Amino acid sequence: MDYFLTDEQKMMIDLARKIAREKIKPVREHYDEKEEFPWPLVEEMAKADLCGVYIPQEYGGFGAGVMGLVLVIEELCKVDGGIALALAATALGTFPILIAANEEQKKKYLPEIAAGKKLAAFGLTEPEAGSDATAMRSHAKKEGDHYILNGTKCFITNAGEADVYTVFAKTNPDRGARGISCFILEKGMPGFEFGKKEKKMGIRASVTRELIFNNCKVPKENLIGKEGHGLIIAQGTLDASRPGVAAQALGIAAGALEEAVDYARTRVQYGQPIASFQGIQHMLADMATEVEAARCLIYQTAKMMDANPGKRTTKESAMSKLYASEVAVRVTTNAVQIFGGYGYIREYPVEKMMRDAKITTLYEGTSQIQKNEIALSLIKESAGKK
Amino acid sequence: MNVIVCIKQVPNTTNVQIDSTTGTLKREGVESIINPFDEYAIEEAVRIKERTNGKVTVLTMGPPQAESALREAIARGVDNAVLVSDRAFAGADTWATSYTIAQAIRTIAEYDLIICGKQATDGDTAQVGPGVAEMLDIPHVAYVKKIEEIKPNYMKVERMMEDGYDIIEMPLPALITVVKEINTPRLPSLRGMMNSKKAQILQLTAEKIKAEKDNIGLTGSPTQVMKVFSPPPRQGGMKIDGSPEEVAETLVSKLKGSQLV
Ligand SMILES: Cc1cc2nc3c(=O)[nH]c(=O)nc-3n(C[C@H](O)[C@H](O)[C@H](O)COP(=O)(O)OP(=O)(O)OC[C@H]3O[C@@H](n4cnc5c(N)ncnc54)[C@H](O)[C@@H]3O)c2cc1C
Ligand SMILES: Cc1cc2nc3c(=O)[nH]c(=O)nc-3n(C[C@H](O)[C@H](O)[C@H](O)COP(=O)(O)OP(=O)(O)OC[C@H]3O[C@@H](n4cnc5c(N)ncnc54)[C@H](O)[C@@H]3O)c2cc1C
Repeated sequence: MDYFLTDEQKMMIDLARKIAREKIKPVREHYDEKEEFPWPLVEEMAKADLCGVYIPQEYGGFGAGVMGLVLVIEELCKVDGGIALALAATALGTFPILIAANEEQKKKYLPEIAAGKKLAAFGLTEPEAGSDATAMRSHAKKEGDHYILNGTKCFITNAGEADVYTVFAKTNPDRGARGISCFILEKGMPGFEFGKKEKKMGIRASVTRELIFNNCKVPKENLIGKEGHGLIIAQGTLDASRPGVAAQALGIAAGALEEAVDYARTRVQYGQPIASFQGIQHMLADMATEVEAARCLIYQTAKMMDANPGKRTTKESAMSKLYASEVAVRVTTNAVQIFGGYGYIREYPVEKMMRDAKITTLYEGTSQIQKNEIALSLIKESAGKK
Repeated sequence: MNVIVCIKQVPNTTNVQIDSTTGTLKREGVESIINPFDEYAIEEAVRIKERTNGKVTVLTMGPPQAESALREAIARGVDNAVLVSDRAFAGADTWATSYTIAQAIRTIAEYDLIICGKQATDGDTAQVGPGVAEMLDIPHVAYVKKIEEIKPNYMKVERMMEDGYDIIEMPLPALITVVKEINTPRLPSLRGMMNSKKAQILQLTAEKIKAEKDNIGLTGSPTQVMKVFSPPPRQGGMKIDGSPEEVAETLVSKLKGSQLV
């Protein structure tokens, strides 16, 4: 489908495709198998200026907005859904700065992130606070020029590898949702450590670890926005970043679809290519239609965000992520089906795509949570009508 | 350090088709690319620039379409581009090509180093690099696989040999031709691609480079092509199978039989 992309956007896609095919494809199995962090590939993305596509030019980025991010993530994820996450999770960790940080903080952190010299991470989830972030126990107490931070975050993407962390903690536990604040932490701050590294089903080139704060001293200049604004910043961040997860899901699904079509054309059973069986054709038709529908939803949401900076897009972001992630799970499962027994074998690419796809229905809010957000928006919109 | 890179646009095929009546390359329908060896030359020049803070100028002699090769070089980090183009250059052999490139280089700039690819994948002669150096009367080293050191007026390189490598020191300005072992060329960058779209390309004609009429194009080419043909594929030969000992024994006895040893 023609999305009437600009020359600049086509250029970004071309470049991401080159990196995906020439640099990532030859090594994707290695990183999946060894569960290593893909630093050499992050360097490739940095050299190509891809790390700062969504960051404004005044801070050293390319200024291509959420749409730019989405296009790049999709293209990279067609080949590997895990490696691109170094970039996507950095965007997640960077959005609180883009959305709510002051000029000084932006000037301090954004240029190095845009240049790909530093990665970022986002620390919201805790063992007892997953879907319900307000149940978090991490706590920041002001003492003079500093906050003293204590607590543990779990399941944090890029943890240990990133240099910049946007972390949420309660500054006023009595105020519940209004008592949460957001801080910028740097790797190496005294009292800031990393815990256990998780072993995962998919996206194994990505690292997921605990953040441990043990009387960690955070300068008060590192508070983003005002005390008590943390949850609003987190919600704004998720609005901005969910299209990115959706694009990851879309890329994985589109990659699996391409593999499935190629395979169906060449695999012969009963004396003919399996693509000649209507049962296979209908599966491919459904897959292609769902992939295209997901793409429409995501691109349109991204454009809407870029055209109205600061305006909340909770409903559209949630719809994009909900739909694209569920499509990714269905499409990759069917790709394995079309490959038959070979689809289950690690030598072929689709079993990994199926493993990688699943995470997109879970993080940055599960599918159930996306539905809650969408429904809540509907109810609010309806109540707002006179 | 200012570096000039000479690149050639070549057809994207290893199997060059030749028109048997005219003896020229069949280029129709074949995509044009930067001569693969020249990509290593571009990368090395950009690395030198990044280390020493100079400028890289890329230059090609060719038809107007060669501009796309120059723009691609800019996307990979080159600063300036020069297209040496004139109908009068058509039909140049390696001598006339070298003369023309040397004249263009004299016209454009001060330079510390000129880098060429080892050879072009279509013409394949590997003569143009050394030819340019001779015309400019500067030292050259071909088949460079590593630059060990480069500083004002001095450079130390490793030249690839069949059985190892030579270490060569030389004064600058100089010319080197490079082999693929020297680096891994980077992909273009977004900023480079944006620059390449906007970049002004300097156009040089025969008149602008003050070329002597008798030295350029077909007239300036001492080589006369008698016939161009693809050599017939090598005929069968003999294959000896067996364990290494058996193979060696059979081979030696055959050679002895033919009185070759
Ligand atoms: C690989 C990986 C990477 C991650 N990266 C990050 C990161 O970088 N930063 C970060 O902060 N977090 C990260 N997370 C955490 C992730 O966002 C959470 O796991 C997710 O939000 C779900 O929380 P939970 O695991 O505690 O599940 P729970 O909240 O315990 O949910 C369990 C089940 O209950 C359902 N459920 C919960 N509440 C409701 C409800 N109200 N209505 C209906 N159903 C409900 C859920 O949908 C789910 O099916 C990551 C997780 C993983 C696995
Ligand atoms: C069909 C055909 C007919 C030919 N007829 C003749 C002939 O009659 N007589 C004859 O002597 N030669 C002839 N040639 C060779 C032709 O002249 C050469 O293509 C040309 O001179 C460049 O030489 P090369 O391709 O061997 O490049 P090489 O010498 O192999 O190239 C080495 C390096 O020199 C540089 N370089 C080469 N060409 C250029 C350029 N145009 N602009 C900038 N840099 C460049 C590049 O860095 C390249 O990597 C013919 C070639 C073909 C394919």
